[in-house]
Amino acid sequence: MPTVATNGRTFFDEVVAATPGDPHLERCLQCGTCGGSCPSGPDMDHTPRALIGMIRAGMREPALRSNTPWFCVSCYYCMVRCPQDIHVTDIMYTLKRMAVKSKLYDDSTAPDFSKTFVNWVENYGRAFELGLMSQHLLRHNPFGVFKIANMGVGMVAKGRISFTPKRIKGIDGLKAILAKAKELEAQDEV
Amino acid sequence: MKYSYFPGCSLERGAAAYPYQQSTEVIARTLDLEFVEVEDWNCCGATEYIALNRMAAYALVARNLAQATKNDGLKEMVAPCSACYLNLSKCDAYLTDDAALAANVNAALAEGGLSYKPGSIKVRHLLDVVVNDVGYERVAMRVTKPLRGLRVAPYYGCLVGRPAFYGQIDDPEYPVTLDKLLKVLGAEVVDYPMKAHCCGGHMTQISEGVAFDLIRRLVKGAADYQADLIVTVCPMCQLNLDAFQGGMNRYFKTNYHVPVLYFTQMMGLAFGYEAVELGIGAELVDARAALARIGVEVPQVEPPAPRKTRRPKEALPMPAMPEEVAK
Amino acid sequence: MNDQRVGVYVCHCGSNIAGTVDVAEVARWAGEKLKSRGVVVARDYKFMCSSPGQEMIQKDIKELGLTRVVVAACSPHLHEQTFRTACQRAGLNPYLCELVSIREQVSWVHTDKAIATEKAKALVSGGVERVRYQEPLESLHVPINPATLIVGGGIAGIQAALEIADSGFPVYLVEREPSIGGHMAQFDKTFPTLDCSACILTPKMVSVGNHPNVTLMTWSEVTQVDGFVGNFTVTVRKKARYVDTTKCTGCGVCQDKCPKKVVDQVFEAGLGYRKAIYSPFPQAVPKYPVIDRENCTYFQKGTCRACEKFCSTGAIDFKQQDEYVTLNVGNVILATGYDLFDARRIPQYGYGRLANVFTSLEFERLTNAAGPTGGKIVLRDGVTEPKTVGIIHCVGSRDRHYNSYCSAICCMQSLKFAHLVKDRTGANVYNFYIDMRTTAKAYDEFYQRTLEEGIQFVRGRVAEVTDAARLPGEEGKLIIQVEDTLLGKQRRVPVDMVILSVALEPRHDAKQTAKLFGISCSADGWYIEKHPKLDPVATMTEGIFIAGCVQGPKDIPNSVSQGAAAAARVLGRIQQREIALEPVRATIDATKCSGCRICNNLCPFHAILFHADRAVSEVNPALCQGCGTCVAACPAGAISGTVFSNEQVLAQIEGVLLLNQNGRGAVEQVLA
Repeated sequence: MPTVATNGRTFFDEVVAATPGDPHLERCLQCGTCGGSCPSGPDMDHTPRALIGMIRAGMREPALRSNTPWFCVSCYYCMVRCPQDIHVTDIMYTLKRMAVKSKLYDDSTAPDFSKTFVNWVENYGRAFELGLMSQHLLRHNPFGVFKIANMGVGMVAKGRISFTPKRIKGIDGLKAILAKAKELEAQDEV
Repeated sequence: MKYSYFPGCSLERGAAAYPYQQSTEVIARTLDLEFVEVEDWNCCGATEYIALNRMAAYALVARNLAQATKNDGLKEMVAPCSACYLNLSKCDAYLTDDAALAANVNAALAEGGLSYKPGSIKVRHLLDVVVNDVGYERVAMRVTKPLRGLRVAPYYGCLVGRPAFYGQIDDPEYPVTLDKLLKVLGAEVVDYPMKAHCCGGHMTQISEGVAFDLIRRLVKGAADYQADLIVTVCPMCQLNLDAFQGGMNRYFKTNYHVPVLYFTQMMGLAFGYEAVELGIGAELVDARAALARIGVEVPQVEPPAPRKTRRPKEALPMPAMPEEVAK
Repeated sequence: MNDQRVGVYVCHCGSNIAGTVDVAEVARWAGEKLKSRGVVVARDYKFMCSSPGQEMIQKDIKELGLTRVVVAACSPHLHEQTFRTACQRAGLNPYLCELVSIREQVSWVHTDKAIATEKAKALVSGGVERVRYQEPLESLHVPINPATLIVGGGIAGIQAALEIADSGFPVYLVEREPSIGGHMAQFDKTFPTLDCSACILTPKMVSVGNHPNVTLMTWSEVTQVDGFVGNFTVTVRKKARYVDTTKCTGCGVCQDKCPKKVVDQVFEAGLGYRKAIYSPFPQAVPKYPVIDRENCTYFQKGTCRACEKFCSTGAIDFKQQDEYVTLNVGNVILATGYDLFDARRIPQYGYGRLANVFTSLEFERLTNAAGPTGGKIVLRDGVTEPKTVGIIHCVGSRDRHYNSYCSAICCMQSLKFAHLVKDRTGANVYNFYIDMRTTAKAYDEFYQRTLEEGIQFVRGRVAEVTDAARLPGEEGKLIIQVEDTLLGKQRRVPVDMVILSVALEPRHDAKQTAKLFGISCSADGWYIEKHPKLDPVATMTEGIFIAGCVQGPKDIPNSVSQGAAAAARVLGRIQQREIALEPVRATIDATKCSGCRICNNLCPFHAILFHADRAVSEVNPALCQGCGTCVAACPAGAISGTVFSNEQVLAQIEGVLLLNQNGRGAVEQVLA
């Protein structure tokens, strides 16, 4: 049953509007090439094909609750092999964004990882692995710290972990740019 | 040849892929490639930023494209990291196609005193620059210590070949440019079926089981073909296959030992440079044993015995494959 | 000019026109405002093309002495012929009747009634002005040569040849390969009856070979085509066989003794071998072998000549040359068939790298009793029987990256393969499909049969075929990775052999052949029929017909039907002995022609000759199709088209601009 989202748009329309370019979602034949190609397909709640089917059927809540987009590894096999040239990977990113915004996605591991990453980039302009890993592990998998310790020690010994974050000179400019971009996006959706 | 250069966060000094940076600098000197770092570049966002933001993600990347335009006269920007390459090229491609997006992104950039006209900068992957701009012949001319006797599995990963926003550098399913490059360096290249399969990206932090399985497929594939080492073109791939190989072994109770090096390091070795100059030794899966095969002066090496059995006379003919499969 | 008596008839076309255009008003306006231009009657009617509508015109012609007729209705494509014939039956030359489109050009493209009505008036005015300059014309009658050329000796060409030849008329059948038979000769069994392909084909081939009315030219190609319908002059290059067919008995000793073995890329689909001197298959018609120069030791190095030594009748003739013959025919049927999609273009299916991935045609040769394995289904090693086989549908079809169309026969072909594998080896068989297209007679019943035989079906488009084992049970196998969409789960199915049902594509030189004959190809490369629904075997070029897969992928019954249909059309023409051609022609005014010859090469129908002695060009009226290209191109304005003369067109323009209404332009009228 097509559930109607804000502004009288269907879920399908919402997803298409929130994806840059034209993802050609209406062309889907449900052939399953995407689901067959996906390296993490077997571990997803719904294969990419099934998820697209759910979008077309207007099943907004189950789609945004699905772990599917969070298991996407961005390998682009689906998008490159789709016989109808549907931009599957871009749609996965859209669903991630919508899932976080709608607060419908239950497992916070993947979203939090992204959020932690984003925080470092927004404050420093660069990614900071050590900060990212330690924050993420402590929050989500404290015992994982022990597992990863071996590797961590190895990386430190080989000089491949930086202990301090680097900050770009134009960080204020970057912050202003990002703030404006977010403002424009919010306007877009009204 | 001069280009703008976008190293990316992981190639920084002290970061996980610093050896890639070191070896790139070395081979750039040898091949007369001059790289001018983009001023005050920022993180491309990897696969994380765009998971939470749309417009801001494009603005984040566009800032780099805008900064690159400050390198006068340099229209091309080289990125050694496949993920950076994807984000930069995808941003430029979508800005070119979607005028509304471009307008919004430029409005955001203006807040930072910047602007970017879509299509002004062409983003290139380092592998593309080496095989197409420098060319196999010129690389061959610089080889002083061919890597004879070394069996290598060329590993492209996903993003250098797909989704090819600027048009294909190589076949997205069965790429061959790195294979050819390694052959030119004198190595024996195995026909590695997993060469364009995914390393898992950030999955190690999301779901260990999925991540380790993806890594295992790749390492096993190389080991099954008796490769001495895997050669990569991307820091994420290198990290996953190298740093997490131990974790994968523990998870599956296997004991693979396949070192993972960058293609620039292989080039450096073939050009006669010392391992330490190329950042070799920073891998967690030790490459010393594999490299010992070529470290020693080897005058005439018998090619290893053919691994295929002789075709029986009843065998049916195979279809003819074209010489050049790429492009 | 003022003595013309013009009748104007405005059609409602139900509500198609009347819903947007005030037709009564248009008729009224024409009757009033165009009276001074010769309009004596202006009527409107619900359906002008109906019998009462036509009778209305005919009555007016007779009773009011009309000399010109303008019908404002639908597009001339539809009913120009109808109204011209109606006029002709009432005694008015058909070319004095003009159709003005106020449906496609007005009511179907505008929504504003006021503007639409004014535009309709302007168009009618244009029609009236032009028709005043029209001249009575007679169709050209050209005789039809009773001989027919058929290009392509596959099943469609063979069918057409037999039908025409059996009716008593001569046929030239030109085939590029050494034997006729086409792709059908390569197959093992045909669906859905599982008839042996060669068994049903060879009787027809033999009939063709023996038929007194058929001149069979194999190992031949058409190199040039001149002329027009009823009178084509075709040059055929008969390639040198290096075998004297008057002496050869077809004994085959030369093939046995030839030391040079080559992979047969054509008939055996690259799966088997032939010799440098070869006849493609045992039932070949004609039986005479040919020598493949590029692989013959004598031609390449000057030695060997074993065939010559052993031939008991001295039929080998290394000095033989290509022979060029000229044929005069009245009609041509193109039945050149298809080529297969190159599966190497989809690397993730592994064809060419992974030994046990086969294409459909390779598999046909495998199962064929006369094939390289004597009909045994074995792996590429030539020995091992597969225990599990995967058959993949839609390879290179229904895919925007390769061919968007569906190849029509692959589902049935895949089911046939499944049945054959199961029947002969007992192996486990999986078919991987997106949709099951089993549309014709007994086809779906065949699908049912395969279900009952225990063939397994997975609905999912295969993502990849790989030899990289991952799970237990996969070592040494080919793994088909696919999403079983009915279950919603990704599956990895280990198999021993993979068969790819590859797309049908136009012949690789289809475009060149089309150009040779002056017909069009679609963007895909299939030849374009005159009308996709109602005229599938004719083309826009009179006298050239198409049949079989050259027109688009189809199965054998449909190819046979089209072959027969094309033959019937040709026979119809032959029976009439002559054909009437539309007199829509370009003519060159020799007094104005400067001899620049710009028009000569522009003509798509090669209809313009140049007289070097007088330095003027001339249009051959029988070849000319009236396209108007030369008329537009001539810098001296020396070329005029009947039915589209300069006066007529200029008058029409003035009429549309309403310059006949006290000089007020049409645009002003509308905006006023």
